[in-house]
Amino acid sequence: MKFTLNIWRQKGPDEGGRFVTYEAHDVSSGMSFLEMLDGVNQGLIAKGEEPIAFEQDCREGICGSCSLVINGIPHGPDRGITTCQLYMRRFSDRAVITIEPWRARAFPIIKDLVVDRRALDRVMQAGGYISVHTGGAVDGNVLLISKDQAEIAMDAASCIGCGACVAACKNASAMLFVAAKVSHLALLPQGKPERTRRVQTMLEAMDREGFGSCGNQNECEAVCPKRISVRFIARLNREYLRAGVVESSFPAEPESPHAEST
Amino acid sequence: MMKLDPKIPPGPLETKWDRRRFSEKLVSPNNKRKFTVIVVGTGLAGASAASTLGQLGYQVECFCFQDSPRRAHSIAAQGGINAAKNYQDDGDSIGRLFYDTIKGGDFRSREANVYRLAQVSTQIIDQCVALGIPFAREYGGQLANRSFGGVQVSRTFYCRGQTGQQLLLGAYSALCWQIDRGQVIMRPRTEMLDLVVVDGRARGIVVRDLVTGRLSVHTAHAVVLATGGYSNVYYLSTNASGSNVTATYRAWKQGAAFANPCFTQIHPTAIPPGDAYQAKLTLMSESLRNDGRLWVPKMARDHRSSEDIPEAERDYFLERRYPRFGNLAPRDLASRAVKAVCDEGRGVGPGGHGVYLDFADVLEQEGHEVVRERYGNLFDMYLRITGEDAYHAPMRIYPAPHYTMGGLWVDYNLMSTIPGLFVIGEANFADHGANRLGASSLMQGLADGYFILPYTIGHYLATATLSSVGEDHRESRAGLQRVTSRLGRLLNIRGRRTAASFHREVGKLLWNHCGMSRNEDGLKSALTSIPLLREEFWQNVMVPGAGETFNQELEYAGRVADYLEFAELLCHDALHREESCGAHFREEYQTDDGEPQRDDGRFAHVAAWEYRDGASPILHKEPLTFEFVQPTTRSYQ
Ligand SMILES: Cc1cc2nc3c(=O)[nH]c(=O)nc-3n(C[C@H](O)[C@H](O)[C@H](O)COP(=O)(O)OP(=O)(O)OC[C@H]3O[C@@H](n4cnc5c(N)ncnc54)[C@H](O)[C@@H]3O)c2cc1C
Ligand code: SF4
Ligand code: FES
Repeated sequence: MKFTLNIWRQKGPDEGGRFVTYEAHDVSSGMSFLEMLDGVNQGLIAKGEEPIAFEQDCREGICGSCSLVINGIPHGPDRGITTCQLYMRRFSDRAVITIEPWRARAFPIIKDLVVDRRALDRVMQAGGYISVHTGGAVDGNVLLISKDQAEIAMDAASCIGCGACVAACKNASAMLFVAAKVSHLALLPQGKPERTRRVQTMLEAMDREGFGSCGNQNECEAVCPKRISVRFIARLNREYLRAGVVESSFPAEPESPHAEST
Repeated sequence: MMKLDPKIPPGPLETKWDRRRFSEKLVSPNNKRKFTVIVVGTGLAGASAASTLGQLGYQVECFCFQDSPRRAHSIAAQGGINAAKNYQDDGDSIGRLFYDTIKGGDFRSREANVYRLAQVSTQIIDQCVALGIPFAREYGGQLANRSFGGVQVSRTFYCRGQTGQQLLLGAYSALCWQIDRGQVIMRPRTEMLDLVVVDGRARGIVVRDLVTGRLSVHTAHAVVLATGGYSNVYYLSTNASGSNVTATYRAWKQGAAFANPCFTQIHPTAIPPGDAYQAKLTLMSESLRNDGRLWVPKMARDHRSSEDIPEAERDYFLERRYPRFGNLAPRDLASRAVKAVCDEGRGVGPGGHGVYLDFADVLEQEGHEVVRERYGNLFDMYLRITGEDAYHAPMRIYPAPHYTMGGLWVDYNLMSTIPGLFVIGEANFADHGANRLGASSLMQGLADGYFILPYTIGHYLATATLSSVGEDHRESRAGLQRVTSRLGRLLNIRGRRTAASFHREVGKLLWNHCGMSRNEDGLKSALTSIPLLREEFWQNVMVPGAGETFNQELEYAGRVADYLEFAELLCHDALHREESCGAHFREEYQTDDGEPQRDDGRFAHVAAWEYRDGASPILHKEPLTFEFVQPTTRSYQ
């Protein structure tokens, strides 16, 4: 197979970027998308040119490193997978493919297709944890957690922190990511004591980092490689409302400040 | 002269660790903040260590090369984590986990270490539950378990097929807490490229900021390496692409002994290799062997499709060879059995590099839904990669380089031969001997990081006299100089071959001569080829771009350069070990029916190699003594 690739090249954060066209030859249908790019890069390096910078590590769909917008869609055309799990058999021969980085104000470009996603870590550092000392935890079976509850918590916990939800959102909101984190911990008894503070500080951090607000367009769910459901955003909003009630002991506004109606 | 003192506490096995903890000197709470510790790596080992040290009050500086600590390779572990909880009441105990691990490792690990691992395993699960890790549960709300290769009890805790992910996210969240409190300074996208040793003690590291390319030295009172395993030296492996040997290899060059490098585990169940472009081998979790049956056609070169081969013409080779363990035979045996049937021409799929892993029985008995619930994500992954649906035809699998039991030598306190340099997780050699049982690495990483290192490092800090060392110290500047000139050299070659092409070539050499089975001739030929390849690398590699920028190819070329040296050490070690044990199968040493033959008389030792500049490394032996278990022939038949 053969492909024409329009790839975003940008030397550094302060430089302008542009699309450059490359031809990918001798691509086999069993190649992964990243292996196809490896091939292009091997050709560039052999000529002494700088290869196209992109991120990847596990190539198993779990680390959350890979981050390409392929033909306008974060992680490409298939639902429920990451870029590294995309195989060339998905494309038709001689197709033209456009490849861009995640685009969001909170994710500045470092080089070519690589962006800085540390904002997500800073949101986590603002309370996305349970404070627990290493000494003397009680036996794991002291806390019984129903299978269903554990399963829903696990659904939320399976977010890989890739940021595709941000890249897909026209407001570059990180609501789905934060919702996954908050829901995972709020669903478990261990997470309950810090529940109020957690949702508040994480949402504050999200605003501070320049992520936009949620417009209820569900674009995030559509691109999420782990199919994190937008229902968790509803749960996040409930958590936030509840936190407001706990804080003020007054009934909160019926509408969450983070969900604009559209 | 290097001395290997394992510092194992005397007395009964059950109380060794308690007694060590009691005899350790403590750092008083007020003094802890005067000590700084560098932790390199944020996998299960590094993240758990850094967060616990921060919690205790030390000032911690933590490094990883990914953009976020949460992306460390540990995230990819699928199957589960062992612990001797005996929740199933199926006869499990600390003693049994200890025994299974020692035996699984073919009696090539220290009793004291392994016993301690089994002891703290129960605490790990409690700690992880407290951190909010959503382990699988029974309907009644209790923690669920499954079983893994090489054992007959059900002691593996899991989070669907994403156990490593959830455990890492737990450790990462603990780390986030400490970063939030200012106890840990996190430096992602920073690669350690050398170790700074002052007055014989590890005092700092030289790093490269992977975004700006700037080099700098960071100093501390102690350094912890948690930099993972090196099976990417084989080019194709189940590891993440970034996993490498650089940090441990550079520490080796500064004086840390490297132990048992030839103990590299080849995992039996990965998706078979396809074409030359392939960049990695994807593991299919070992847990699949709980329900999948391995078979090949009885007849060689039988090209019928699987459904056309009648039951009577199938060879369920693991069940035949190892009736008691069957498809759950340990990894080394299963891998070699797979290789053996493929070598006989009975392999299936392209190139005959594959055997069937068949779920037909369980699908029929328990139904599609049950299988989907247990392994759904693995089946999806298999479908995407191969284009085949394992619900309808059996999976094809083949062994792949996976876990490395070798690593830097450490004593019972997890300290290397360089005082002040601690090594934890897969980066050390300690607990798995010649073969690791499934679900035991996550256990070791967290045991080291949460429950062992934080005690032993305190003793070191409380007792060592440490002068003040900064980045302008003579040794710091020397370290910086070493790194600067090496990177400069790499960038100036401007040759014609890519780093990847060298990596692929050295990987193939190792796979052919030091892979699932080894022999003297093959190892000797690899030992002549590797230096030639290395020489060519340093004359003909092409590293485009500059040093003081974001340059992924420069990062990669540096790692490949280290592999090209390390591969030689690996083969040296394999050559010296004239016996077969665990993952190390020397063809000259096997029984008549093809089972490995161990030689306890000559080789019940840890092989620890000392670096010498410009000369062959020196072998030091730490004898392994067995006071509490009797080494037996490791039979699973
Ligand atoms: C596909 C797969 C499945 C597995 N499944 C299981 C399982 O089910 N159960 C089990 O017990 N084990 C499993 N394992 C093994 C287990 O995942 C690993 O052994 C374990 O996670 C290693 O953890 P670690 O903390 O030692 O190192 P890693 O997780 O590899 O972390 C290494 C860290 O070091 C950093 N680093 C490395 N070099 C440098 C450097 N030079 N400078 C700066 N930072 C550096 C990296 O950034 C990273 O943060 C599996 C492994 C694989 C590959
Ligand atoms: S919610 Fe989905 S898209 Fe967003 S970071 Fe998590 S896994 Fe990625
Ligand atoms: S490379 Fe890890 S998720 Fe794609």
